[in-house]
Amino acid sequence: MDIQHVNVKLLVGNPQSVDLEPLIPVFHRWIEGQVCDELLLDIADYRHVPAGPGVALIGHQADYSLDNTDNRLGVRYNRKAPFDGTNRDRLKQAVCSVLKACQRLEEDAALRGKIRFNGQDVDLFINDRMLAPNYEETRQLLDPEFKAFFDTLFRGGDYSMIYDTDPRHLLRISVRASRLFTVSDLIRNLVS
Amino acid sequence: MKASNALWKEHLAGKMPEDLAREVDIFDSEVALRKQGKLDERLFAETRLRRGTYGQRYDNGQRHDGSKVQEMKYPSGTLTKGPSTMWDAPGMQRIKIPAGGLHAEQLESLAQLAEEYSDGIAHVTTRQDFQLHYVHIEDAPTIMRRLAAVRITTREACGNSVRNVTACPYAGTCMDEVFDVTPYAKALSKFLLGHPDCQNFGRKFKPAFSGCAQHACGLTSLHDIGFIAVKRNENGVEKRGFDVYVGGGLGAVPYMAKRFDSFVPVEEILPLTQAVARVFARLGEKKNRSRARIKFLIQDLGIDKFRDLVLEERKTLTPDPRWTSFLKDAEEFTETPLRPGGETPNGGSERYQHWLKTNIRPQKQPGYVVVTVALPLGDITANQLRFLADIVRKFTKETVRTTVEQNFVIRWVSRKDLPEIYEALDAARLADPGAGTIVDVVTCPGTDTCKLGISSSRGLAAELHKRLAECNFQSDDAVENLHIKISGCFNSCGQHHIADLGFYGVSRKVGGYAVPHFQVVLGGEWENNAGSYGLPVGAIPSKNVPKVVTRLTGRYVEGRNPGESFKEFIQRIGKAELKGMLDDLARPPAGDRSYFSDWGDPREYTLEDMGTGECAGEVVSSVEFDLGAAEREVFEAQLAFENGRIDQAGKTAYHAMLRGAKALVKIVNPSISDDPDQIVADFRKHYFDTQKFWDPFAGGKFAQYLFDAHQKAGNPHTADSSRYLIDEAQLFIDAAHSCYNKLDATVAV
Repeated sequence: MDIQHVNVKLLVGNPQSVDLEPLIPVFHRWIEGQVCDELLLDIADYRHVPAGPGVALIGHQADYSLDNTDNRLGVRYNRKAPFDGTNRDRLKQAVCSVLKACQRLEEDAALRGKIRFNGQDVDLFINDRMLAPNYEETRQLLDPEFKAFFDTLFRGGDYSMIYDTDPRHLLRISVRASRLFTVSDLIRNLVS
Repeated sequence: MKASNALWKEHLAGKMPEDLAREVDIFDSEVALRKQGKLDERLFAETRLRRGTYGQRYDNGQRHDGSKVQEMKYPSGTLTKGPSTMWDAPGMQRIKIPAGGLHAEQLESLAQLAEEYSDGIAHVTTRQDFQLHYVHIEDAPTIMRRLAAVRITTREACGNSVRNVTACPYAGTCMDEVFDVTPYAKALSKFLLGHPDCQNFGRKFKPAFSGCAQHACGLTSLHDIGFIAVKRNENGVEKRGFDVYVGGGLGAVPYMAKRFDSFVPVEEILPLTQAVARVFARLGEKKNRSRARIKFLIQDLGIDKFRDLVLEERKTLTPDPRWTSFLKDAEEFTETPLRPGGETPNGGSERYQHWLKTNIRPQKQPGYVVVTVALPLGDITANQLRFLADIVRKFTKETVRTTVEQNFVIRWVSRKDLPEIYEALDAARLADPGAGTIVDVVTCPGTDTCKLGISSSRGLAAELHKRLAECNFQSDDAVENLHIKISGCFNSCGQHHIADLGFYGVSRKVGGYAVPHFQVVLGGEWENNAGSYGLPVGAIPSKNVPKVVTRLTGRYVEGRNPGESFKEFIQRIGKAELKGMLDDLARPPAGDRSYFSDWGDPREYTLEDMGTGECAGEVVSSVEFDLGAAEREVFEAQLAFENGRIDQAGKTAYHAMLRGAKALVKIVNPSISDDPDQIVADFRKHYFDTQKFWDPFAGGKFAQYLFDAHQKAGNPHTADSSRYLIDEAQLFIDAAHSCYNKLDATVAV
């Protein structure tokens, strides 16, 4: 089964203390400098929507956002353009992209370190109901690939995977590592 | 763009109504042809627009990033989807919802589309449509197929066509309605969709239905054709019909619709509208888009002549069984509840009590209410749409509609269920109180996504929503029930003309630098189907608008007479005093650079023209002085109009335009005389013919206002012509400011 349009969200620590407004000039700077691999285009500000997409940096191949869907605030990568390669390549590409974005936010002086990965929670979505309908058989088919990928990401450390089983929702897994990782740890785990 | 587009085509084959499927297949082919360069870009632009597939801001491939204009290097290179519209640039997909009526499966489908093709948000518009933003053109056919599979079309959601047929969202439940207009609105929508007589308009055509004359819900006065339900007795038999109005419209200059006939029997509404469409298609302006709406044709012909032409046309129509085939079902149409009615249980939190007060409207059917789901800025998430689908399934027979206030209403809710439905909505974060009140700010997309946006209407709306929600207006119903509506430009998509407090985006130059502003429009009437339009009072820097709201509402609380409405209060104290109240807010404080950016957008407005620390707010050129004087004359025209000096008002408005034109002419011809002929001739030569005065999207429309006024300068003014001229003069002055902004910095003359 071929998946595309991988979405990954790294949950941030202390979400109650995060103010999204300072993120807007940061994203404008990203557009100005075209700092990501994707063509960055615009900013969508949904701070007024409760449990919504927050502030999104709209790109051509992908969007980046500080997303609060389901009241789970996190740095999200939404791959829009198809990506060549295997499912593992697509997972790796999306996770690498969100990790780099998160690292960039963590290091941004204007944000004063307030946006930080909580060290253990990663949400994964497949944003295409045709390619990956959220049915039991899809989950069974993809589960080994997901596990193999997260084994690599967490370097064999323990983690739990909880599938969202509502068939109306996107295929989604909430993954929680049993110990804390830094963004740098995870990047190193993926690229080494 | 999506990898699954071809699979969806295969998967949905045979699952869509045949006519909708054929339409989407045609469009899909056109997308492919354009991509191969085998279809002209202009033709493709028109065909996509007629299917609701719009361009969006920055789609010309350029974006000002705060310090320079940046070229967007899209993968498809120079391929376009219309003139100056890059193929890969994100676009907007509008989705028509006739009469705003939806069912749960459609809500779920919209949720999926928002998630998979947009940014997770579905936006409800001021005409009961939905919009999805940041959509790739190659995904549009799949979106259309998935919508068609749940019986929704995007056909004619844009372009020079019949737009969504809107209707009062309370139809069938309203205590004051004459009868339920829903089936008539839907029948007209179905009849006109793709009708051959509606394919050759110079501009769009918007119909609306209302069940009564006195409420705002249908807004028939501002539509190209408006139907208000009426009944009359014929030989002892009660007969249904409509009080029909034509030629209303907002746009840059708002026109109040004129009565066509006080009673058109129901069997005549479809053929009559067909005849109106044929006259509009035949005689309406085609070349000059700024004069192509039917309101201009009716203004030029006069309502009596227009009526005669339509009635003559009606006689020539070949009878069509669809004119009457819906009538029997329409007479019998009724919605029913899912659960037994009852009484509202006592108790509940303070917030719940506030919600009951503002978000609940009793139905004429005892024991039932309509619940309003207030959406901030008309936005709803995919998850919330699914929650809403669950809620309407649980409590009703899926009787949910969108409203022109960018909200949802859930109809046929048993009073007994109110605590439970409140809890369910609250769990979905959809139980905000304040529906239809001052906190429920209506706004168009503005500079967030619209190519025409001048100022950030959504940024301002979000700021006002936040601030007003923090205030407790519950103790003062008169303030709580005011309406705020905001448009990002003069085109009125936010319907600012019919608000108590309306704002539309303009730009002004302060000390040589552009500053985002909003024109303040006060005293519009929301009730009586948008009974009257407000008039501009003055332009205020965007960042000062919240202070304007605070000051005006505060003054209203302090100074109103018992029972006096805001509109009456505004009329009583007069525009001169109002302007005086706001004078100190009309310019940014010296040295405060925050005024040079807009709400929610930290980029400095035209930053590339500003040197660091060069906020020389005190340098005012003579052009700015002259334009300021012209603006004052528009204001004087408004005062004259207010005092009943109609002819004087018209003449003053014309003179204001001349003065504005002269201000610009002086830049190239400092010795210009006061002779109107010479001013107009020089203005035409230096600014119209050279297109320097042209608006990027409205073209020469605003200059044409001056030319028309000059041509008719000797004619006496009627109330209508004077009123239109005042609005046109304001727009001309706004355009003169924009033109001056575009010229090379401050010009010493």
